[in-house]
Amino acid sequence: MALLSFQNVSKTYNGVTKALQDVTFSIEEGEFVSIIGPSGAGKSTLLRCINRLVDASQGTIFFDGKNVTSSKKNELRDIRTKTAMIFQHYNLVDRLSVVENVLHGRLGQKSTLSGAAGHYTEAEKQEAFRIIQEMGLEEQAYKRCDELSGGQKQRVGIARAIMQHPKLILCDEPIASLDPKSSKVIMDHLKTINQTKNITCLVNLHQVDVAMKYSKRIIGVTAGKIVYDGPTDGLTKDKIHEIYQSSDHDLITDVEECV
Amino acid sequence: MQKTMDVFRRRKLTYTLVFLAFLAIFAGASIVAEFHPIDGIVSFPAALQWIAVNLIPDAEAMERLPKILSELMETALLSVAVTVVAAILAFFFSLLGANITKVNGFIKRIVRIVAAFFRNVPDVVWAMLLMFSFGQNVLTGFFALFFTTFGLLTRAFIETMDEVSSHCVEALDATGANFIQKVFQGILPSSLPGITTWVLYMIETNIRSSTLIGILTATGIGYLFDLYYKRLDFASASLVVLSIVVLVLVIETVSNRIRKVIL
Ligand SMILES: Nc1ncnc2c1ncn2[C@@H]1O[C@H](COP(=O)(O)OP(=O)(O)OP(=O)(O)O)[C@@H](O)[C@H]1O
Ligand SMILES: [Mg+2]
Repeated sequence: MALLSFQNVSKTYNGVTKALQDVTFSIEEGEFVSIIGPSGAGKSTLLRCINRLVDASQGTIFFDGKNVTSSKKNELRDIRTKTAMIFQHYNLVDRLSVVENVLHGRLGQKSTLSGAAGHYTEAEKQEAFRIIQEMGLEEQAYKRCDELSGGQKQRVGIARAIMQHPKLILCDEPIASLDPKSSKVIMDHLKTINQTKNITCLVNLHQVDVAMKYSKRIIGVTAGKIVYDGPTDGLTKDKIHEIYQSSDHDLITDVEECV
Repeated sequence: MQKTMDVFRRRKLTYTLVFLAFLAIFAGASIVAEFHPIDGIVSFPAALQWIAVNLIPDAEAMERLPKILSELMETALLSVAVTVVAAILAFFFSLLGANITKVNGFIKRIVRIVAAFFRNVPDVVWAMLLMFSFGQNVLTGFFALFFTTFGLLTRAFIETMDEVSSHCVEALDATGANFIQKVFQGILPSSLPGITTWVLYMIETNIRSSTLIGILTATGIGYLFDLYYKRLDFASASLVVLSIVVLVLVIETVSNRIRKVIL
């Protein structure tokens, strides 16, 4: 059975904005899938429906054999612990240290009191430091997050996600605010996690070339609908123009050929 | 080109109109209130002279200093106590009113209305109302200050929380953290600087206000001021005022230090 499946999912904001329309697809365990599409196409909405940061208006979403859309409080908490999320703006608690932010990954699995008080077990702390090391952040472990660079912040974001022991990582434009070098570091980390820990990755991207380099499968979204879902090899130039509703030479990806 | 010129010209026109409107309102208000700006300015030197003659603390006033300082201490401690208690309650109350933590829209609106009610009734009016139930008592002052502080801090905290912590609360939501964990691991650490700034500011404000309320309720430093004033002992009364000013300055310095350490 697929790890994640959308069945005719639609989302309408405020009864007017149709962000998703009749979206159906499924993702197997271990896949690395990129979602591309123009601004406002509904990519963020799609990801947020999976962990219910946004509630779908219609349709059903299954994750790991559980119905996400109808889940109650405790089930939802369980689903959220298994679906970590990485954000464009990192969304760290800036005034806390790196290690505290990484340990936040455990909150969903802790008792209310020990979580609120920031009381973690020795094993949890050791694991946090191990992950911090994997991310190459050992020198920053005790620094406050507002002292870090964007690339470092995003690595903290990834560490927090790994700390959750998730089955699926949702990445909402993880490299949109980063320079090309930090972007590569982040994408490489995601790839490594995907391959060595067998964590499924679903990544929203604005960079078509990056999406094609890192993932075998790409989903193209336009105006709330899936217009492409298939292997990276099958994503022709025409398809890309269809996704972005553009004509020849309108896209940054076309520039190479012009020069 | 034509268009950009228009934008600048329109902006200038707006500023000019706003300035003229303020001038008109000031003039109108002065006429209605029979306030004569010129007379006010002219009588200024005479007022200064009176102050120089009557309000300089003399030796006799200095003898009262220990008593004044002890009353001042009491007033200051009361203000701190009120502000801290109000801040703790306002913190939890504002969780119900902030967009990122609200239970639902209805409760959010109720919270905001209640907060607006408490802060928009001036503390002096609260004191006069409460005098009916508590009489001329230190409790009257306590609750009068408490109500306005609570209302103001609730409003300020709601804004701080929504502004500062919406991003990280979203992330904590995604980890499966529950409400209380989000509050203590996300909202509290991110809004602490804002909250501290507001609490320190309210302590300063409350020291000033408690003087005024003390006059009404016959307690604390306000009572002492009232006493000296009615005895026409202006030298002592002005010593009271001076000591309040010094205290507020000291508190301001201390709170700037605290702010620097926390930020
Ligand atoms: N909270 C919201 N309330 C109302 N409308 C929203 C909300 N969030 C998104 N929308 C609308 O839904 C549509 C899809 O938005 P979404 O953020 O999912 O797009 P996106 O593909 O992620 O865009 P981008 O690439 O710019 O991030 C847009 O028209 C947007 O204006
Ligand atoms: Mg988006």
